[in-house]
Amino acid sequence: MAKSLLLVGVGGQGIILVSKILSEGLLEEGYDVKMSEIHGMAQRGGSVTTQIKFGDKVYSPTINIGEADVLVSFEKLEAVRYISQLKKGGTLIVNEEEMWPLPVLAGLEKYPEGIMEELKAKVENVISINARTIAEELGEPRSQNIVMLGLIVKALGLENIDWVSKIKKFLPERVHEVNIKAFERGLNS
Amino acid sequence: MKKLLTGNEAIARGAYEAGCLVAAAYPGTPSTEILENISQYDEIYSEWSTNEKVALEVAAGASIAGARALVSMKHVGLNVAADPLFTIAYEGVNGGLVIVTADEPGMHSSQNEQDNRLFAPHAKVAMVEPSDSQECKDFIKHAFEISETYDTPVIFRVTTRVCHSKGVVELGEREEVGIREYVKDPKKYIMVPANSKVKHIEMETERIPRLREYSNNSPLNRIEWNDRKIGIITSGACYLHAKEVFGDTVSYLKIGFSWPLPDKLIKEFAQGVDKLYVIEENEPYMEQFIKAMGIECIGKEIFSACGEINPQIIREKILGEKVESPYKLDIEVASRPPALCAGCPHRGIFYALSRHKNKVVVTSDIGCYTLGAMPPLGMGDTVICMGAGITAGIGFDKVNKMADRNKKVFGFVGDSTFFHSGITGLVDAVYNQSNMVVVILDNRITAMTGHQENPGTGKNIKGIEAPQIDIEAIVKAIGVKEENIRVIDPYKMEENISAVKDALAATEPFVIITKQPCALIKEVQRRRAGLYCQVNQDKCKKCKTCLRIGCPAISMKDNVVSIDTAQCNGCQVCLQVCPFDAIEFFGEEVM
Repeated sequence: MAKSLLLVGVGGQGIILVSKILSEGLLEEGYDVKMSEIHGMAQRGGSVTTQIKFGDKVYSPTINIGEADVLVSFEKLEAVRYISQLKKGGTLIVNEEEMWPLPVLAGLEKYPEGIMEELKAKVENVISINARTIAEELGEPRSQNIVMLGLIVKALGLENIDWVSKIKKFLPERVHEVNIKAFERGLNS
Repeated sequence: MKKLLTGNEAIARGAYEAGCLVAAAYPGTPSTEILENISQYDEIYSEWSTNEKVALEVAAGASIAGARALVSMKHVGLNVAADPLFTIAYEGVNGGLVIVTADEPGMHSSQNEQDNRLFAPHAKVAMVEPSDSQECKDFIKHAFEISETYDTPVIFRVTTRVCHSKGVVELGEREEVGIREYVKDPKKYIMVPANSKVKHIEMETERIPRLREYSNNSPLNRIEWNDRKIGIITSGACYLHAKEVFGDTVSYLKIGFSWPLPDKLIKEFAQGVDKLYVIEENEPYMEQFIKAMGIECIGKEIFSACGEINPQIIREKILGEKVESPYKLDIEVASRPPALCAGCPHRGIFYALSRHKNKVVVTSDIGCYTLGAMPPLGMGDTVICMGAGITAGIGFDKVNKMADRNKKVFGFVGDSTFFHSGITGLVDAVYNQSNMVVVILDNRITAMTGHQENPGTGKNIKGIEAPQIDIEAIVKAIGVKEENIRVIDPYKMEENISAVKDALAATEPFVIITKQPCALIKEVQRRRAGLYCQVNQDKCKKCKTCLRIGCPAISMKDNVVSIDTAQCNGCQVCLQVCPFDAIEFFGEEVM
């Protein structure tokens, strides 16, 4: 039976990069892997999703309502938007990051309050993290996504795969060190 | 060697392995990465063409000259390229010619969800449809062979889920097929009526019957016999969705060569199953063919013609299993539409124009600047297709005058769109004495599709220096008078405001060219990394003027206006609109 992982967030957060690293590692581990991404206009601050499925044999790349074994949200409002995709008893990993969409910034809509409380009350398995604080401590706010990668690897029990080499493969050399630290912080959080 | 590739990467790899020598495209989601990847192979000449019609003609010429050639585009691009398509279909090929159309069921990043499979019977061009990345690579080789064997261009139809999904692909080696001899043959390559008449008859009596025979025996069309109570005819990504739902419990006729459809194979399959379903996205393309053969099947009675199909929809429609989310949250989700980025050079001119919103009509176009129509800027009345930002404006302006509306039409196009199909529109505006204003937003890149070079950037697809086409010189050459042209820096509000003011007063075709590179260009990001603005809280009167420019870096939380310095690139548009000088600029540009 294939496992499914849905990653959601905001354009520019580095979700597609994390998905690429994950897929590459899973392939090396011998799984059949399918990864599907929706981008394009989403690049401009819109909502972004990628879907990863792995197992002995994967056919469809899509994940539908109530199907994701793990839902990873890089921003907390996006966790609410996509919660319907999570399987009953599935795991929600959420970054407590709060990014206001333009209609909220323009005062046309409200950014909802109490998201984390509601998620923790209604979803059985919630793992939350403040990836921004960790990334800022490391001096590289943009490494939030790799902190999340560490957390995903831990939640899926995939620590035995050589992730550091994948991080090195997909990122420029000058940010290797900080991102490997970010990965370890996520892994040990 | 096995590699994880997207469908687009696999198509590029397939073209490489198949000995393709020429590839051309105009960028468009979800097709863009095909040419980006092909351009990395030095064995293949590749180019960003000015538009899809140009791209197809470049590839057609290369094919006639004897090389295997590929052209790729998004679905609406094939509308632009339809003119050469219908006639190159008559002419046929010399080297194989493959036309990749990337359709968008679900419209993740498109203005419509037209089903380009219908082009195949209309243009009488053979069609191939892969389901996953491995097939993308393998079928490209088949497509080139079919093209050469049957002397026909081949439409290679993919969809977003095929283009943008990664799957495992077994790589092969490149096979050099070389360049075929070119023999001058006016009867084949000069389509004047006398020759076209012969060619059309030839197509109907020879090529198409041979292709139909091939379709019935093609390895691309195959029956998978399992339990025969249910039979499914499907193609593309829908095959994967159906396999996920039914596995090996039902029988399949998987269509990979979809024009002409395999009539004998379909009949054989239909006779072998109790109940026949056709699963296809958008139009009932296969279903109508099957029903026209007098075969009963279920298709669009249960599946919508709108949007994508996925395993859940199949489960619901065929098995009656409806899934509901186990989670009900008591939270209203705010929408998150795409928006002009912080530091986007399009913002200033849109804001200047929005101050006159009751006096203007804005005909917009396809590109990042489409987002100028979103609140709070709201600068957009129409968006149709590439180039219509100018041309729809011409018609709108004529009617405004008839109706005494006293509204000025501003048509917006980007630099790449101007080269694509804006120039002809501007010629029309000048020739037919339109009173509209054309705003050309030159941000030195094809931005929306992820930063491709274009004729204005001074670089070609490989990033190598190329002649830079001068937009202002073109505008002048078309005949827009010097006094009716403003070339401005859109980061400077004074220039935006004064250009808009002059444009509003103009009685002849008027052109504003804004020049400032896209804030996301890597070099621009590096240069401006240390620049930012901040709100001086002692001076801020919470008047919210800065919020009206629609910058995602500016927010008002708990009655405090602040700027996210990580997003801000110091464009200073907010600083200039603030009536109380409460916004301050910091940092230095890195040269």
